[in-house]
Amino acid sequence: MDITPATAATPPPLPGGSQPAPAEQSKAAARAGDRIFLALSRGSGILLLVIMAAIAVFLTVRAASALSHNEGNFFTTFEWNANANPPVFGIAVLAFGTIVSSLIAMLIAVPVAIGIALFISHYAPRKLAAPLSYVIDLLAAVPSIVYGLWGALFLVPHLTGLYGWLNDYLGWTGIFAYHDGAARSLFTIGILLAIMILPIVTSVSREVFLQAPKMHEEAALALGATRWEVIRMSVLPFGRSGIISASMLGLGRALGETMAVATVLSPSFEIGKSLLDPGGGTFAQNIASSFKESGEIGKDALIASGLVLFVLTLLVNGAARMIIARRKEYTA
Amino acid sequence: MAKRIDVSGLSAFYGAHKAIDDISMTVEPRSVTAFIGPSGCGKSTFLRTLNRMHEVTPGGRVEGKVLLDDENLYGPGVDPVSVRRTVGMVFQRPNPFPTMSIYENVVAGVRLNGGRLRKAELDAVVEKSLKGANLWKEVKDRLNKPGAGLSGGQQQRLCIARAIAVEPQVLLMDEPCSALDPISTLAIEDLIGELKERFTIVIVTHNMQQAARVSDRTAFFNLAGVGQPGKLVEIDDTERIFSNPSVQATEDYISGRFG
Repeated sequence: MDITPATAATPPPLPGGSQPAPAEQSKAAARAGDRIFLALSRGSGILLLVIMAAIAVFLTVRAASALSHNEGNFFTTFEWNANANPPVFGIAVLAFGTIVSSLIAMLIAVPVAIGIALFISHYAPRKLAAPLSYVIDLLAAVPSIVYGLWGALFLVPHLTGLYGWLNDYLGWTGIFAYHDGAARSLFTIGILLAIMILPIVTSVSREVFLQAPKMHEEAALALGATRWEVIRMSVLPFGRSGIISASMLGLGRALGETMAVATVLSPSFEIGKSLLDPGGGTFAQNIASSFKESGEIGKDALIASGLVLFVLTLLVNGAARMIIARRKEYTA
Repeated sequence: MAKRIDVSGLSAFYGAHKAIDDISMTVEPRSVTAFIGPSGCGKSTFLRTLNRMHEVTPGGRVEGKVLLDDENLYGPGVDPVSVRRTVGMVFQRPNPFPTMSIYENVVAGVRLNGGRLRKAELDAVVEKSLKGANLWKEVKDRLNKPGAGLSGGQQQRLCIARAIAVEPQVLLMDEPCSALDPISTLAIEDLIGELKERFTIVIVTHNMQQAARVSDRTAFFNLAGVGQPGKLVEIDDTERIFSNPSVQATEDYISGRFG
C-alpha cells in the first residue's frame, strides 16, 4: 500500500472580479443598524467611565472638605466624633472591622462554596444538582435586612455555645478569648457575611467548573485518576481564575455589606483583643448608623470613609486581576 | 508487558439506546489492531469499553466480558480506576494538561499510580517516555515550558509519552491523527510501529490508508441503519482485509462504494 498523505489540493485561483471590492465592504459597514449599534455600545462604554469618574470626584471633593476640618489623625484615631466642635474622627476601627470581618467571611465561605460547587458540577446526580443549585441561587435573593434580622434574633443567641467552645480550646491564643455577653462581635459578623456571600461564590464557581473541558477530564481519567484526582488535575487548575473572580465578587459584597452588619453589631470605637469581643464597626455599617444624625461636616466625614472603602475595593479587584494575569501563560 | 485482549459478547448502551451489539474478538499482544468503519458505527464506543471509559458518559452501560489475559475487566469488584491504569488511552484531539509543564504532563499519571517517586526516578521516566514518543530531542531543553505551547503533532506525542509513562499493558488510540497535519501524522504512525514492540495497540481510524500502513489486524465495523446498533462485520489480517475480504460489505467500504 502506497503512502499518500491526504493533502487537500490547492483550490484554483478565483476567477477575476469575484472578490468584493473595498468600496462594497465599507458601504456594508456603514449600514444604519451597524452605526446605531456602534454608537450604543460606544456610548455605554463611555457612560460607565463617566459614572466612575463622577463618583470618584464627588467622594474626593466632599472628603477633602471634611479632612481639612479634622482635628484627629484620619488613619489612626480611635474615635468618630465628626459632629463635635472641633470634629475628631479616624477610620482605624472601621478599617480593622471591615477587613477582619470580611476575611473571616472569606475563610469560611470560599472553601464551603467550592465544595458545594464541585458537588453540584461533578458529584451530585443530575436530579439533585438542578434543585440544589436553584436553592443556592435563591439564597442570593434574600434581602440583606432579612439576613440582619435572622442574624440578630437567631444567630446571636445561638452562637454563645460555639463561643464558649472556642474559648475552651482556642482561648489561649487570645483572639478567641470569650467573656460572657451577647455574641455581637466581628466573628459573628464574619459568619453572617459568609452565609451571605456563599451563593455568589458558589454559583460563579459552579459555572466555571461546568465549563472545564471534557477532554482534560478524560485525559486524567484515562491515566487512572480517581474522581478527586480528576478534579485536582483538570477542573481546579482550569477553574482557578474563576474561583479567584468568584471570591473577589464575594469579598466585594462582604466589604460593602451594610444593613445586616448594622443590625447585628453593637458598634463601638475600640479594637478588642479577641475576635469574640462585642463591638467594632465597619465602613458601611458606620455610614448607615451615623448618617441621619450627622451635620454637614459629619456627612462629609462619612463620605471620606466611603472613599476609603471605594479605594479598598479597587485595590482588592486590582490584586485579583494581577493574580489571574500572572497565571495567563498556563490558561490555554 | 503487553497482554492479550479477549472480548466476548460485548454490548454497550447509552441509556436505552444500544450502541454496539454482541462483539467478540481477540487482540494479540504486541500487535496493532485497527478499527475502521463508517461514522457512528460504534468503533470509538467499543474502544472506550476496553478501558472502562464508556461508563463515564452519563447513561453509559456495558454488558459482556473483556478479558485482559485472564482477568475480566468487568468482573465484580474490579475497580475501573485500576483498569485505566493498565489500559492507556490517547484521544482524538491532543489534550495535554494546560496548566502543567511538559515535564509535569509526562509524570502526571506516574504521580497518580506510583505515589511519590524521587526526583531522579521521575527524571528517568520523563526521558524514557519522551524518547519512546520520539519527542525527547525536540523538547529536552524546555521541559519546564507549558505543554500547551507545543505544536499539535508534538502535543499528541506528548500525550502518548504521558500514556506510556505509566507502562500500561495496552494502548488505545482514538483517531490519534485526525487533528494533525500529514507530517505529524507520519511521525505518529512511525511511532506506532515502534511502540508495538512493547505494547498491545488498538487504533480507531477513519483513514484507511493509515489502517493499512500501521496495523497487523483490521476490524471492520458497520451498522444496519440509523438508530441500529453497530456490529463487528469481520476482523482479519490487514493484508487480507484490504486485498480479499470475506464479506462483501467490507470490500464495498474499502473501495469507497459507501461510507
